[in-house]
Amino acid sequence: MNYRMVTANTLKEGAVVFMTASGGWSQNVNDGKTVTAEEADTLLESAAASVADCSIVAPYLIEVEVAGGKVRPVRLREQIRAKGPTIQFRTSA
Amino acid sequence: MMYQYDEIDKTLVKERVDQYRDQVARRMRGELSEEEFRPLRLRNGLYMQLHAYMLRVAIPYGLLSSTQLRKLALIAREYDRGYGHFTTRQNIQYNWPNLEDTPDILDHLAEVEMNAIQTSGNVNRNVTSDPYAGVARDEIEDPRPYCEIVRQFLTLHPEFSFLPRKFKVAVTAAETDRAAINVHDIGLRIVKNDAGEVGFKVLVGGGLGRTPFIGKVIRDFLPKEELLRYLQAILRVYNMEGRRDNLFKARIKILVHELGTERFTEKIEAEYEASKSDTRLLMDGIEEDRIRAFFTPPTYESLSDDAPDVDAEAAGNPAFADWLNRNVVAHKQPGYAIVNISLKPMGEAPGDATAEQMDAVADLADQYSLGHLRVTHRQNLVLADVRKQDLVALWKALVALDFATPNIERITDIISCPGLDYCNLATARSIPVAQRISQRFADMKRQYDIGEIRINISGCINACGHHHVGHIGILGLEKNGEESYQITLGGSSDVDADIGKRIGPAFASEDVVDAVETLVNTYLDIRQDGERFLDTYRRVGQDPFKERLYAAY
Ligand code: SF4
Repeated sequence: MNYRMVTANTLKEGAVVFMTASGGWSQNVNDGKTVTAEEADTLLESAAASVADCSIVAPYLIEVEVAGGKVRPVRLREQIRAKGPTIQFRTSA
Repeated sequence: MMYQYDEIDKTLVKERVDQYRDQVARRMRGELSEEEFRPLRLRNGLYMQLHAYMLRVAIPYGLLSSTQLRKLALIAREYDRGYGHFTTRQNIQYNWPNLEDTPDILDHLAEVEMNAIQTSGNVNRNVTSDPYAGVARDEIEDPRPYCEIVRQFLTLHPEFSFLPRKFKVAVTAAETDRAAINVHDIGLRIVKNDAGEVGFKVLVGGGLGRTPFIGKVIRDFLPKEELLRYLQAILRVYNMEGRRDNLFKARIKILVHELGTERFTEKIEAEYEASKSDTRLLMDGIEEDRIRAFFTPPTYESLSDDAPDVDAEAAGNPAFADWLNRNVVAHKQPGYAIVNISLKPMGEAPGDATAEQMDAVADLADQYSLGHLRVTHRQNLVLADVRKQDLVALWKALVALDFATPNIERITDIISCPGLDYCNLATARSIPVAQRISQRFADMKRQYDIGEIRINISGCINACGHHHVGHIGILGLEKNGEESYQITLGGSSDVDADIGKRIGPAFASEDVVDAVETLVNTYLDIRQDGERFLDTYRRVGQDPFKERLYAAY
């Protein structure tokens, strides 16, 4: 069965974050709170407080699978958002 | 050598940064909602991408001074992750800035007469041009003064600040089209008429994206002084009649297509006639001369066009000889050369440069190229004024930077948009495909055997990677949750411009590089003497390629 999770970007850095069980935000997808499809809208509504206090922007729901205690977004786009670019960029150092 | 801000420009840019700083502060305090703030940040070039904000900085017609490049390096180092990405529109993008830092970044840019104004939104975007402008042997005159005039005319122009959709202008004066004017909303080619007068050939309605079109010629010869009046007429008709009801139909190319070239041209000519009593936009030569003065050719040394040291090095050093053949181009001034810096080392992300590389190239520009450089629409850099006698030393310095790959216009000189590794709109990755193709064809001998070929890759239908005009175009899509890649053949953005045609069903990610190789091998098998990939394709059509390609799968 697939679950739902709320994701957003932080206002300050634009970093990808996932809503945790305590209503906070983590950059680790495994910290995200997973709910059933029926509970998804309520979870999304609860993100409004973080929009109002300017910690995050544009929250939305994603579909995730949970296997072996690890969360994996279903869509490739969300997998890449969760992990970061799949390429090595040239770094200065 | 390049336009310099006057007091008006300086004040304007400074005021914009101050306004923006205030807007960011209000956003951080929650006084502006994201809905309110979004259009404001976009007007200053700040997008939200997949993992972070992205700041797009305008490099007007791709021209940079070494001082500006050093500033871009500083921004990369202090405010980003140590690198920047040069784009197909001759701009640079930073992929990781913090929102709070962006006003400071814009302040830094203003210090070197740069900005991010109109790098987003439904306005005229960066006016692009030939990276060899002013030094090309095949040009009628330097197109950059006109780029600058158009830039100034359309920057914060109240009537054209809310066009139906974004708008892109490219200008060239050369026979070879290195600015892709055929795929711009307006393409201007500087031409001479029978009387020997210089003016513009005007193309309108080119563009890629969901519905690609090659621009239509609506004027074979427009007298120079009429340029702004004519542009105004085009933009007025577009502003009034462009489709605002449908985002996908809002570009001027759709208007040209729906009306037909003839009817569209009539409307432009009527609007243009109607504005004839308004002489304010008639370029009287005074402003034109003022702008042109900024682009006065440098004082070149009188040098012999022979460079015995270069010839001797080339005779004994095949790596240098390859670079000389591939990356160095004839300059209009004897004893000088145009040097292309390849930002496509094997297996790297096309168009990326680190802060160190940018600093080093800035030093090389100072040392060897009169302190300036250009960004090309194929995501490379150009040192335009190099003395031939300095070529060996410059080459050695570029080798040390990993910027001397001798692959200009060869199969690894790939255009690639950021794709799904960065871009919010992407349907598939594009950079990793470019990297894999580059690795597959890394052998230079093989690249030279294959000859001129352009591979362009986009990560979605928006076509920022110009896939429609690649000799081989690759479009990344998502099919049932998997990346797949559609291949088009026969496109070109040069004088032989055409939109590539789809060869057949898309390929899975793991098969797409094999597919490219099959296409290339097919060409090698059937080409006739002197034919490029594109020529062979145009001679034989799709069938031989299709047969080989789909027989294998
Ligand atoms: S073509 Fe698509 S994926 Fe590539 S940069 Fe443009 S919008 Fe993004």
